[in-house]
Amino acid sequence: MPVIDYKVPQSVDDAVSLLEANENAKILAGGTDLIIQSRAQSSPDLVVVDLKSLPDFVSANINSEGLSLGPSMSCAEFTAREDIKSLFPGLVEAAFLIGSTQVQGRASIGGNLCNASPAADTIPALMVNNALCVIQGPKGERRVSVEDFVTGVASNCMAKNELLKAILVATPASRTSDAYLRFIPRSEMDIAVAGAAVSVTLETDGTCSKAIVAIGAVAPTAILVDAAAKALIGSKLDETSLQAAADAASAASNPITDRRGTAEFRRHVVGVLVKRAALIAAKRAGDK
Amino acid sequence: MTKKHVSTTINGDAIEFLCDPNDTLLDVLRKELSLTGTKEGCGSGDCGACSITLDERLVCSCLVLGVEAEGKNIGTIEGVSNKDQLHVIQEKFLEHAALQCGICTPGLIVSTQALLKENSNPTEEEARYYLAGNLCRCTGYDKIIRAVLDAADVMRGAA
Repeated sequence: MPVIDYKVPQSVDDAVSLLEANENAKILAGGTDLIIQSRAQSSPDLVVVDLKSLPDFVSANINSEGLSLGPSMSCAEFTAREDIKSLFPGLVEAAFLIGSTQVQGRASIGGNLCNASPAADTIPALMVNNALCVIQGPKGERRVSVEDFVTGVASNCMAKNELLKAILVATPASRTSDAYLRFIPRSEMDIAVAGAAVSVTLETDGTCSKAIVAIGAVAPTAILVDAAAKALIGSKLDETSLQAAADAASAASNPITDRRGTAEFRRHVVGVLVKRAALIAAKRAGDK
Repeated sequence: MTKKHVSTTINGDAIEFLCDPNDTLLDVLRKELSLTGTKEGCGSGDCGACSITLDERLVCSCLVLGVEAEGKNIGTIEGVSNKDQLHVIQEKFLEHAALQCGICTPGLIVSTQALLKENSNPTEEEARYYLAGNLCRCTGYDKIIRAVLDAADVMRGAA
């Protein structure tokens, strides 16, 4: 009997107290990972803490500073928001790739982040947008980058008595946009074999003045590839610079071989995805 | 383990039940409430046989805890027809022979209804993507998609 109790706290502080008081308390967002994990024979008896009754956890607000995202908001609601899509099209396309329509109805970006799968689609897309994780614990709040939040395969930096309260993403600078692409062996409903997110800023003459490149599913965690970003910066995203970025991404990857793809294939494909995502992000940035 | 009291709305009716915190909403629908139209396929969110709507949002009921239904509005296959009068989607599934063994059918009909609420005139590609989470091992999908698009035409008044 893995789920032994279900709690609906009335405040974030109450939720933190519940995490402190219960040895095996877990935050339940959409349950698309947690409920399945709770069915495993190795699962301990869980006390699940559901924060979806708190409006801030299931809504997204955009103000002059940017997006404040409730970590339990469903991907279906998130991806339907045109205002979010116009600011962060790459992040929205990453969220849209997670699972089926039914899974989208429950799965959340906060859950995808906390679950910290190496193949999580939204993590590279959050990274290239410099997203910040707002973590609440008994002593207050702290903020960490997504890169620091994810510490390994299925692990994050939060202590037992901490929870993810919000994800903050600053409004992109002018002529800046993002894109996310992944490779899967079929056309829908699969887990990334390799993924790449790119954000670029273009000057009016089309020169790339700023770039961020993150790759997923090719290492224990998604990783930022500074060398790939450097290869793009200063260029007009010509084939030589794009290939240099692709080579840098391939070199930075550290993939495994499994039934979805070999390490060699993943290393190659992640470079191709970086190239293509950079071109899509640049097209979007240029259209702004 | 203490059972939890849950008050919810299912197909427009106010319903109360007691459930174990470990029970999925699918368990509750089928075992506690005898609403056995919703089927269990994989039990892990992959096949869509247990599709229902939760506050108008299409979800797999095997990935929702029964206790999460508190205060929610749930729609199941039992709420699709108007008593003995089949819904157009159901009629079109019959007309196009869009089923064989029938296990996926309730989920597909609930999902089709959700699709057509969001998009009354889907292209074939849009319908196939939207319904990609409903697996069918009998039909090869073609008849299902024809039934869905035909139902959409009728519901829009275009056929």
